[in-house]
Amino acid sequence: MRHTIAVLVEDRPGVLARVAGLFRRRGFNIESLAVGVTEKQGVSRMTIVVSGDDRTIEQVTKQLNKLIEVIKVSDVSKNSVERELALVKVSATPQSRAEIIEIANIFRARIVDVARDSLIVEVTGDEDKISAFIDLMKQYGIKEVTRTGKIAMQRGSKALE
Amino acid sequence: MRAADAIIKALEKEGVKHIFGIPGGAIIEVYDALFDSGIKHILTRHEQAAVHAADGYARATGKVGVAFATSGPGATNTVTGIATAYMDSSPIVVMTGQVAKSLIGNDAFQEADITGITMPVTKHNYLVTDENELLKTIKEAFHIAGTGRPGPVLIDLPKDVTTAEVEFNYPEKITLPGYKPKYRGHPRQIKKAAELIMKAERPVILAGGGVILSNASEELTKLAETIPAYVATSLMGKGAIPETHPLSLGFIGMHGTKYANYAVQESDLLIAIGIRFSDRTTGRVSDFAPDARIIHIDIDPAEIGKNIEIDVPIVGDAKLVLQELITHITYRKRKEWEDKVEGWKKSYPLRYRRDNEKIKPQFVIEKIWELQPDAIITTEVGQNQMWAAQYFRVRKPRQFITSGGLGTMGFGFPAAMGAKTAFPEKQVVDIAGDGSFLMNVQELATCVDYGINVKVAVLNNMFLGMVRQWQELFYDERYSATCLRCKEMSIEKIAEGFGAVGMTVERPSEVEDALKEAFEIDAPVVIDFRVDRLENVYPMVPAGAALHEVIDEEV
Repeated sequence: MRHTIAVLVEDRPGVLARVAGLFRRRGFNIESLAVGVTEKQGVSRMTIVVSGDDRTIEQVTKQLNKLIEVIKVSDVSKNSVERELALVKVSATPQSRAEIIEIANIFRARIVDVARDSLIVEVTGDEDKISAFIDLMKQYGIKEVTRTGKIAMQRGSKALE
Repeated sequence: MRAADAIIKALEKEGVKHIFGIPGGAIIEVYDALFDSGIKHILTRHEQAAVHAADGYARATGKVGVAFATSGPGATNTVTGIATAYMDSSPIVVMTGQVAKSLIGNDAFQEADITGITMPVTKHNYLVTDENELLKTIKEAFHIAGTGRPGPVLIDLPKDVTTAEVEFNYPEKITLPGYKPKYRGHPRQIKKAAELIMKAERPVILAGGGVILSNASEELTKLAETIPAYVATSLMGKGAIPETHPLSLGFIGMHGTKYANYAVQESDLLIAIGIRFSDRTTGRVSDFAPDARIIHIDIDPAEIGKNIEIDVPIVGDAKLVLQELITHITYRKRKEWEDKVEGWKKSYPLRYRRDNEKIKPQFVIEKIWELQPDAIITTEVGQNQMWAAQYFRVRKPRQFITSGGLGTMGFGFPAAMGAKTAFPEKQVVDIAGDGSFLMNVQELATCVDYGINVKVAVLNNMFLGMVRQWQELFYDERYSATCLRCKEMSIEKIAEGFGAVGMTVERPSEVEDALKEAFEIDAPVVIDFRVDRLENVYPMVPAGAALHEVIDEEV
């Protein structure tokens, strides 16, 4: 089963390497990893998607907690808002352009760059939505895709501190 | 003040008395500062040995051991020592020189990314890039190394950081928001454990190195006597309870005693303390202690449930948890179980075929034990280590020092130097194989230079013995690359070449006198015991078998 784990870490050089290295050498499989700063100075937040049974996830959590620079680890798989951002560069001819824009609108995606024979579309949402959008774009010819990996936050007033 | 001077001053504040290491260009400044210090530096002949010595020092004393090395090859040579300490949770601080900050990343002369390299084998590590962080870093490093589950910490010091000017204000406190070891066990869990213990008919305690690290031996013995429960230890747990104690079962696992293995397998309750259930200890996991409920006490929550499923987990320091646990327990005799275990002890004692012609390695260890039961024993790795574990009946914690987790050949001799440096008045004996001894033999020079008068008992069978044993039993006696083919080699002369005392012993009748003589001599002594070349270690649980599927030799 897939789990989304939020990790608060001290914002120091090498922390990402420590976390990624831990996953590699213990044989845990990272599906995605996104990192950014938080509202607190000196604290970053990583969102890690990892698959495994309950025992694996328990070990992941415990081993992460052992790292000195890890402040808090929380499984946010349940009852969370989850988002990913993708930029999709898609081939666009004068004939297909309108169609692409129409599909983008339905997905509440935005056209962020227009060139003579291509468009870049920015789309956010959960993984399924982004995958569905990319799937639809395939018929026009995708030139390039970049995705951020998932970030997540639990619903309600509870916060990771 | 010069940062290098501040480093030494900080080490003095941490109570450091001895440092093991080798200087070099990148750390020369720190060595310059060391020149005026009261801290005694021991110049080893290899950085790996420096770290093993610091590790041996730490294991013998319980204090943080310290090693220095320069950048690049100096630093990379420390890796085996660091990994050894990491696997056995030994508290050491390793300081390495690094090229100047402006050169980092340029593949400069003697540059190695040692923080990157040691990330998986350190509890934590630092590259100090700001001299103003230096003292805080040292304070943190000692704290992290020595508290919670101990472990090695590395500090990498760029040369220009060591030459910078800093103010010496050594911090009193540290703030590590992500590091808060839990020492007290949860009271409800402790009560639950006590209830299980009271109900158990066949309780067995399984004690690991964590008991020794937390200085909980007294509490362990008291718990065992109060229940009462027999105590098996892991290799790392040897000495957690005196092995001469009637409730001691010796050590369990691949070459553990039969009765320890049987008792664990037939127990209905296993009280595991400071142990991480390594594969060498458990045998086949799916058949480990099949009828037992398991209580696991460990300071590292990640160890609980890692290899074995646990019924009652207690996260905390062994000493504190046991003190609390004992208060909930009353003595109840379990006659049937006692009879059974005592029966096993009688039926399956450790034994070997005696011989008047060939020296049996077990016999050498028995004699060492008879002559010096209080000696600190270090071991190399392989057959020598297992015989030492079987036949040296350890009576005190920190008396038996061995590379359990990583299984590092070449560990024992430098570790003995470390232990002897800490306790010059005690006999320190490295029980070695000829293969292992050669892996750090150069440290004889260090011993002679500094008058570190350790004794080395080489059980010389001219084989990489344990691998040979596996080849004999499981690979049709195809001795691929295990025969050391060095009949002409004279360990005696090697010792003499370094200025130490060498001896060669070829007959069983000479063993005792040779040992007596060696223990009398006030110099490093290496005794080359020419032992029975084909002797094997028994009992043995083959890899992948369950603990009760033990094979033994007819005697």
